Amino acid sequence: MSAEPTSAERLAVDALLGPPSPSGDGEPAQPADRRVAFGGYRLSVESRHKLLPALHAVNDAIGWVSAGALNYICERLLVPPAEAYGVAGFYALLSLEERPARVAHVCDDVACRTMGGAEILEGLEGRPDVHPSPCLGQCDQAPAVFFQRAGEEDTVLVGATCDRVTDVLEGGSAGEVPPVVPQAGDPSLRLLKRIGTVDPNSLDAYREAGGYQALARAVEMGPERVIAEIKASDLRGRGGAAFPMGIKWEAVARSPALPHYLICNADESEPGTFKDRAIMEGDPFAVVESMAIAGLAVGAELGYLYIRAEYPLAQSRLQNAIDRARAEGLLGADVAGSGRTFEIEIRRGGGAYICGEETALMESIEGKRGEPRNKPPFPTQVGLFGRPTVINNVETLINVLDIVLEGGAAFAEIGTGESTGPKLFCLSGAVERPGLYEVEFGRTLGELIDLAGGVTGTGRIGAVMLGGAAGVFVGEDHLDMPLTFEDARSRSATLGSGVILVFDDRTDFPDITRRIAQFFRDESCGQCVPCRVGTVRQEELLARHDGGEPLDEDLFEEVARVMMDASICGLGHTASTAIRSVIDLGLLERSRG
Amino acid sequence: MFGVGGGTCSYEEIETTDVILLWGSNAREAHPIFFHHLMTGVRNGAKLYAIDPRRTTSAMWADVWLGLEVGSDIALANTLAREIIESGLHNEEFIRHSTEGFEAYAESVEPWTLQRGAEITGLPPEVIRRMAHDYATAEQAQICWTLGITEHHNATDNVLALIDLALLTGHVGRYGSGLVPIRGQNNVQGGGDMGALPNRLPGFQSIEDPVSRGKFEALWGRSVPDRAGKHLSLMLEAMEHGEITALYVIGENPAQSEARSDHARDLLRGLDFMVVQDIFMTRTAELADVVFPAAAGWAETDGTVTSSERRVQRVRKALDPPGEARDDLHIISALAERMGRGWGYPTAEEVWDELRSLSPNHAGMSYRRLAEAGGLQWPCTDEDHAGTLFLHGDLWDDPLPRDPAPFFPTPWAPPVDELSEEYPIRLTTGRRLDSYNTGVQSGGYSSPLRTAVAVEVAPADAAELGVAEGDLVRVVSRRGSVEAPVLFDRTLRRGLAFMAVHDPDEVDVNLLTIDAWDPKSGTAEFKATAVRIDPLRKDAGRRSELQPVANYRA
Repeated sequence: MSAEPTSAERLAVDALLGPPSPSGDGEPAQPADRRVAFGGYRLSVESRHKLLPALHAVNDAIGWVSAGALNYICERLLVPPAEAYGVAGFYALLSLEERPARVAHVCDDVACRTMGGAEILEGLEGRPDVHPSPCLGQCDQAPAVFFQRAGEEDTVLVGATCDRVTDVLEGGSAGEVPPVVPQAGDPSLRLLKRIGTVDPNSLDAYREAGGYQALARAVEMGPERVIAEIKASDLRGRGGAAFPMGIKWEAVARSPALPHYLICNADESEPGTFKDRAIMEGDPFAVVESMAIAGLAVGAELGYLYIRAEYPLAQSRLQNAIDRARAEGLLGADVAGSGRTFEIEIRRGGGAYICGEETALMESIEGKRGEPRNKPPFPTQVGLFGRPTVINNVETLINVLDIVLEGGAAFAEIGTGESTGPKLFCLSGAVERPGLYEVEFGRTLGELIDLAGGVTGTGRIGAVMLGGAAGVFVGEDHLDMPLTFEDARSRSATLGSGVILVFDDRTDFPDITRRIAQFFRDESCGQCVPCRVGTVRQEELLARHDGGEPLDEDLFEEVARVMMDASICGLGHTASTAIRSVIDLGLLERSRG
Repeated sequence: MFGVGGGTCSYEEIETTDVILLWGSNAREAHPIFFHHLMTGVRNGAKLYAIDPRRTTSAMWADVWLGLEVGSDIALANTLAREIIESGLHNEEFIRHSTEGFEAYAESVEPWTLQRGAEITGLPPEVIRRMAHDYATAEQAQICWTLGITEHHNATDNVLALIDLALLTGHVGRYGSGLVPIRGQNNVQGGGDMGALPNRLPGFQSIEDPVSRGKFEALWGRSVPDRAGKHLSLMLEAMEHGEITALYVIGENPAQSEARSDHARDLLRGLDFMVVQDIFMTRTAELADVVFPAAAGWAETDGTVTSSERRVQRVRKALDPPGEARDDLHIISALAERMGRGWGYPTAEEVWDELRSLSPNHAGMSYRRLAEAGGLQWPCTDEDHAGTLFLHGDLWDDPLPRDPAPFFPTPWAPPVDELSEEYPIRLTTGRRLDSYNTGVQSGGYSSPLRTAVAVEVAPADAAELGVAEGDLVRVVSRRGSVEAPVLFDRTLRRGLAFMAVHDPDEVDVNLLTIDAWDPKSGTAEFKATAVRIDPLRKDAGRRSELQPVANYRA
């Protein structure tokens, strides 16, 4: 006996999974005289990856996942209920408790916090339908609010105010999210050239603007030459780790284990980062085309695009692009006349920063809690569903288009020695024209800030956050630093995901620092002890310091070292770096004065 | 089988086997440790068939679940056998070399066409066929069973029918292939091995065998009875006839565990004298003249236990027993002393060494070796013997160094308690993960999974009866009746009801069950009772008790 689903919950699940099969496989709600059933463990394994989509289906339709709905999903997918509960409870945007039909997630993270996010939360305090949220990837248009709406599409409000939030909660429209590329129209742009100038919903417009030439060229060249060009380009991953992309592709393409998988990591959640969203919203066909090229090159027939749930507009535009491409033979059984199959499936995250970590993301697609795996083995060997997998983020992937069209050698000419190609930077905070900027590798931090119109507020830089919450804070002395992998490394900084978040010198840095500590404590998946405990201890240290005690730097250092040395994944490894840098800059003390 | 009372395989073998027939066992709930091994096998690619009238939580994990009629197991086994022979999938060479009686057996299963088997079992013929072929053609295959096979009036025939299938296909005596009766607790195997059976001496040696008996008589200096004693069902009969008037009960709760339990209690009350030795004040102990408080076998005493894979392991005392409670060994020794036949107070190891001197299968298992090896599997005949992973490997030796293994033709007979218009529903009983048997050992602890004992029925049957979940009903059999709330179980088919046995104080299921028992094993037919369900009153206010705290029970 168990809680039963309502008919609406049942419908939501059946809409995704199809009606229960008459033979009853995977469905114990059997006909009265049923004598046999098939499936069992193997069916459970095969259908497990549908768990998160099924949870989303109910959460979307009803607003939350009741025990009855959870039971029904478990019955349909033969997932042990305790495991399904563990998965549902892992994701912040899935609710296991009844809640209002419309819920506002108000960003109070590093970028939005000082731009009005904190005030909105204060103004709407006590409302059961208003919650604080980590970065929503709309930092250039702060403050941002993400709305979940039962039975309606989720939506995003930028430049939010208390009144506008209340209005949307009462059924009003959130309105358009304006384009975010201040350089739009600049003929030197490569990655951003179509954003804001070409209709993102039209395949014809994309083609007129040069789209799908690269895929045609890639089909002519064949997988080996494509990979050779990628290697020649020395393109490095833009997600933060800067791993050479060609090496990943080659490893998977050559692996005898089948099938191969491709994943586009669009779970952009690093605070201060919004570049992938801008690409997906503004040039979705480029993402689809790049994935098709990648899929053909590495021998994958299925590519997953894992996108964070907070990007509903990007998701709908991508889905449109996928559907249009499929209709035109650019995806599907015979991609662009190649005779090869490639399909793209969108998977939506559930509000979990950790799922941007590549192996956590794979766990999430597989229908499990998004807990990172130990590496090695690396995804190129044992990736999604245990198969060789290429995983690249959105920005990295779309570089493929130019590499295929212009050749790897030409691409390698752009930028600097180790840092080839164009690079996107997300400028936000105290700058005149926040937004997404494209430059060749090699421009200095100061030049980028000038490009964005210089510092606002007091006009004096207090610090700049480079690379996100997992990055570092640097001072004015870094303005001359060229933004390349090699320069960042030599000056103990990082480019991370391309975040340049500028704070003026009146900023309440202890408050920002505590928000970062809170962020890591919230987002630690809890799997490994160093990170689970360390992120809490770290936040406590800062809280005590806020309360007037001197900062116990020795203890901070010890906790940081343990997290760095012994955590399973990058979250724990980098959970202290930004805070460490704030301490080193003396900002924790100065602002307290 | 073959004169040896133990599973032929080791746990590790099920982890790499190819086909598993889990027959009459809800191991996920009743044998959860074994089920872990089994699921490792499934994860490694083994195909799992679950044969059970109920689609249990074990059956949920099966590639194929076959919901046969209660008590039609022999019909299914014979049909499988005929299909295997008919398709030429039997192992002719093994049959010729290692078995005897095949012709008579083949003849006995000849009438069991797929069609007839399907009619009796209620299963689709093509699924029976598929199972026959998968089992017969597998490289390695095991049949695992528990009480769904043995709690029937023809329990021994049920087991023999399964053994016949293994002989037919040669799925015995090889690594990964075998016959696995799963034991219900950590030392059921050990109890039998140590002679706690009416026809066995310690070491599972036959009491009727003069050579075996002679060894014991020589060492003990006393004569040993030369014929089997009475098993529990016969003892109850003997009490009824006044042949047994005094009873010594050790660690058993017959006042609640026996079929037709009210009758059993009357018999216990009618005894002249009863001693109960137990770690709890059970319902049986309440009826006793003398109660010996005993020490808990898993924490308060030294000794050994033997698992289903014949592995003898050391148990070490960690705590002193409370109050006046004493180790079983101490109590028995003290009793002997008072009876004027004192043998002192030997340690567990001294008793074990005596056993080793008498039981060839245990001879090599010194305490030192048991500790070093983390347990040894019998037979382990001397101190250099590494123990035995699987039994009957010698069936494959050439020339055959033993008697060939016999086929036993097994006629099918339906359950004794027949369905009728008056008693149209088949009630079967069983166990849950959160509780243990009559609840003596588990009832004192709460469990988030536990629900009040209820009669579980298919929703369609409930609708016909006009009862809703939580309504109180009277479940009536030809022998008695109990009141219980109704619980829906959508995994039950129409006409099939289920009750757990765990809370006899609340709902004494065994007032309903039939005390028809298997003449060979003495086990009563707990699994097949004919009942009707009479509505009593609407929601009895106990609905909340029917909901486990941990919400979902799959």
